[in-house]
Amino acid sequence: MSVTLSAAKQARLVPAVQAKGGRIIAGGTLIVADLNYGADSVALITLDRLGLDKIAVKGGKVTLGAMVTMAAVARDRRLKFLHPVADSIGGPAVRAMATIGGNLFAPSPYGDMAAAFLALDAEISFHDGKATRKLPIETFLAQRRKLQKHCVVSISFAAPSAGTFHYVKVVRRKPVSASVVTIAAVIPQKAGKIKGARIALGAMAANAIRARKAEAALEGRKLGDDIIAAAAKLIAAEASPADDAYATAWYRREIAPVHFARLLAA
Amino acid sequence: MEYRKDYFAETQTQDLTEVGVTRQRSDALGHVTGKTQYYADRQFAGLLHLKMVRSPHHHARIKSIDVAKALKVPGVVRILTAKDVPQNIYTILCLIQVEPNDEPVLAFDKVRFKGEQIVAVLAESEAAARDAAAKVKIVYEVLPAVFDVEEALKPGAPLVNEYHGRNYFTYEGHHCRRVRHGDVERAFAKADHVVEEMYQSSPIEHAPTETTGCIVVPDQNDRYTCYSNTQALYFTLDNTALILNSPFHKLRLVGGTVGGGFGGKVDVITEPIAFLAAMLTKRPVKYEYSREEEMQVSSPRAAERIYIKDGLMKDGRITARKVTLYVDAGAYSRHSPYGTTKAAAHMPGPYTIPNVWVDCHCVYTNRTPSSAMRGFGVTIGDFALEVQMDKLARLIGMDPMEFRILNAYRDGDMKAHQKQVEGAALVECVQAAADLARWPIDDRSKTASSLKREV
Amino acid sequence: MTKVAVEFTLNTREQNEFVETGSTLLSALRDRLGLYGTKAGCHQGTCGACTVIIDGEPHLSCLTLAERCRGKDVTTLEGLAPAGALHPLQQAFMDGFAAQCGFCTPGMILAAKCLLDRNPDPTRDEVVDAISGNICRCTGYEPIIAAILTAAQGLRKPARKRA
Repeated sequence: MSVTLSAAKQARLVPAVQAKGGRIIAGGTLIVADLNYGADSVALITLDRLGLDKIAVKGGKVTLGAMVTMAAVARDRRLKFLHPVADSIGGPAVRAMATIGGNLFAPSPYGDMAAAFLALDAEISFHDGKATRKLPIETFLAQRRKLQKHCVVSISFAAPSAGTFHYVKVVRRKPVSASVVTIAAVIPQKAGKIKGARIALGAMAANAIRARKAEAALEGRKLGDDIIAAAAKLIAAEASPADDAYATAWYRREIAPVHFARLLAA
Repeated sequence: MEYRKDYFAETQTQDLTEVGVTRQRSDALGHVTGKTQYYADRQFAGLLHLKMVRSPHHHARIKSIDVAKALKVPGVVRILTAKDVPQNIYTILCLIQVEPNDEPVLAFDKVRFKGEQIVAVLAESEAAARDAAAKVKIVYEVLPAVFDVEEALKPGAPLVNEYHGRNYFTYEGHHCRRVRHGDVERAFAKADHVVEEMYQSSPIEHAPTETTGCIVVPDQNDRYTCYSNTQALYFTLDNTALILNSPFHKLRLVGGTVGGGFGGKVDVITEPIAFLAAMLTKRPVKYEYSREEEMQVSSPRAAERIYIKDGLMKDGRITARKVTLYVDAGAYSRHSPYGTTKAAAHMPGPYTIPNVWVDCHCVYTNRTPSSAMRGFGVTIGDFALEVQMDKLARLIGMDPMEFRILNAYRDGDMKAHQKQVEGAALVECVQAAADLARWPIDDRSKTASSLKREV
Repeated sequence: MTKVAVEFTLNTREQNEFVETGSTLLSALRDRLGLYGTKAGCHQGTCGACTVIIDGEPHLSCLTLAERCRGKDVTTLEGLAPAGALHPLQQAFMDGFAAQCGFCTPGMILAAKCLLDRNPDPTRDEVVDAISGNICRCTGYEPIIAAILTAAQGLRKPARKRA
């Protein structure tokens, strides 16, 4: 096994290195754990010199560089709605290392920030070696295995109106554990009726997914116990959770509606 | 903390000066400055790393082992198989006559649980040892496996461990460890209520923060020093001497500093093979479990299944208790025959019951061998007994604390094991607990005493 | 194995080391520098025993490539107090019986130091969060939390006197 490390000087050069078997190392929380358990030879490439650790909030639009850490998100007062998400990931040391770009590729049951971005309808900017491209996060996550060879540059989304973003991560041990179920939702209301609800689930499929049937059950309705109950029944309808050390698929399906209902009722 | 001198005042020594006084731990300064030396906190020139090739199957016959490709990996120094181990078959508790020997240091004809060690690879670096271990080729014939204690005892179940010839440990000619006292069947017939329940537990891993491991270093004069985090230095020394056919004085063990044990580090697994490797290569050898090995391969607390059948009178007296208990030893004995005896000794709990019948089975299955862990053989039984006690109390509408005080051992009572009770204190413990929890109990329970049974 | 030179600050001293590419800071500290106060528990970022401080923040040295520490400021338990002296956290862990087997203690103390450097008057919940990435299996978390709160109190007192 031999490992080499180099710092990319431009994002456009990264895909070529990856095409030859190289791998991006961002925070290192996933890849170094692999190396410690005997991964093959690999050329690691860092994005440390690309200035991707910036957070910009302008005119209601949030843009996060791919190398922004969970700790940086949790410290930024403009991103208060995201603090519960960042704080639910690992302990302080993991948060100081782990990046939001890396979280897009974290295998289930990890990837809570990606679930939050999915609820926020984020857009992912990445360089494919020729040009910078943009994809809606839902498309990106669905193809993330393939897109891993490109270089994610930033993630942007519209800041949600006050009180419309909801988040819960169900865990076996508080604090710090991988997810049993993660639910992130943006539930905007217009004239007392729900309009444009977006619900994302983590740990309920191979990557974060939308709960479209539950969203449809909410659409145009007034938020109340009966409507929440109707949506909760559908929350796992599109899910395909896995059995792992944290929970069985059965358990995940069983509790997702309960926590979804509690989240919206709160 | 409070030291109550008023309990059993007439029999208590009243001049204890250290009990109840705070004293600094002698190892605290080392712990907070990082100076405490754990076994791995040492460097040795020329250290070899040992990685184990493990069974991917729960139960299989080994048809062939081919190490040719592994030997060609750069950095590999030597590869050990069962043939290299002088006395390959052992059992830890042979030292206290719990026999037969039933476990290979390195498996050769058969593997009996997933993760069982078969081939040891020694290399200059961990990475080389791991790469080479992956290149050892073993051909298996997969055998049917059994994972449930009651399934394992049925006729026709796959035979797990040939050294026992049956899927259970034999206690002085008996198929289980037994306790017989009075006549439970007659008492059941006369009881106001008969309650039968089943309780079971899963295996529990100790998960110490420091994984199991050791380093063995060749000294002068053909002697060897082992730095180990074992909880059982002398068990390890004696078993290793037997396994290696070595005089005891050639082996030296240094230890006692353990980064979390809880009973998980009393098996003798890493040291004998590391000693052997150091003897054959004349180099220092480190064998350290990875976190994955610690979780998958090290012995957990045994899973247990317990059936309790009780005869109960309306006034709260338990007149009969019949217990059938199964300890899942996994594939090998290790400490489980002893744990099962402890389970039998612990029944029927700290209660005076005139009719008791106990059968405790130590059963072999194709699961990871279980072994010691904090009160093993007792803890799960206590869980079952005390849940059962709550159920019984609820059934007859009696307060659970008063119910326990009524049935608790008093000095002079006859235990199921035909030993008279002395030094009983459960009555007072329950009274103190009720007091602390502000749980009201009746006057009769308040004035009860372990020293005499009230009429 | 290729080796590369890494220059960094270790416990306030300049350090120049040749490290194997792909090797971790944990391995550099233990295997090359003989600083055994940093413990290895899982090599996958789960137990926190290998926690060190890099540029003021807690980091897992088992998941940090040594090469990436170039130019950084690294503190391990050995650098917490001058020889013969104890940091108030160390004293509080001793006095409060917050170190039973001692294996999680270095990581616990360093994680706590990061908290107190940033937040000298933490709530109990903030202490719990600060050590949430550090697993203890025998001492129990309660004495550890109490020791950190005691140390915080002790660290605040001299500051008040000056003011």
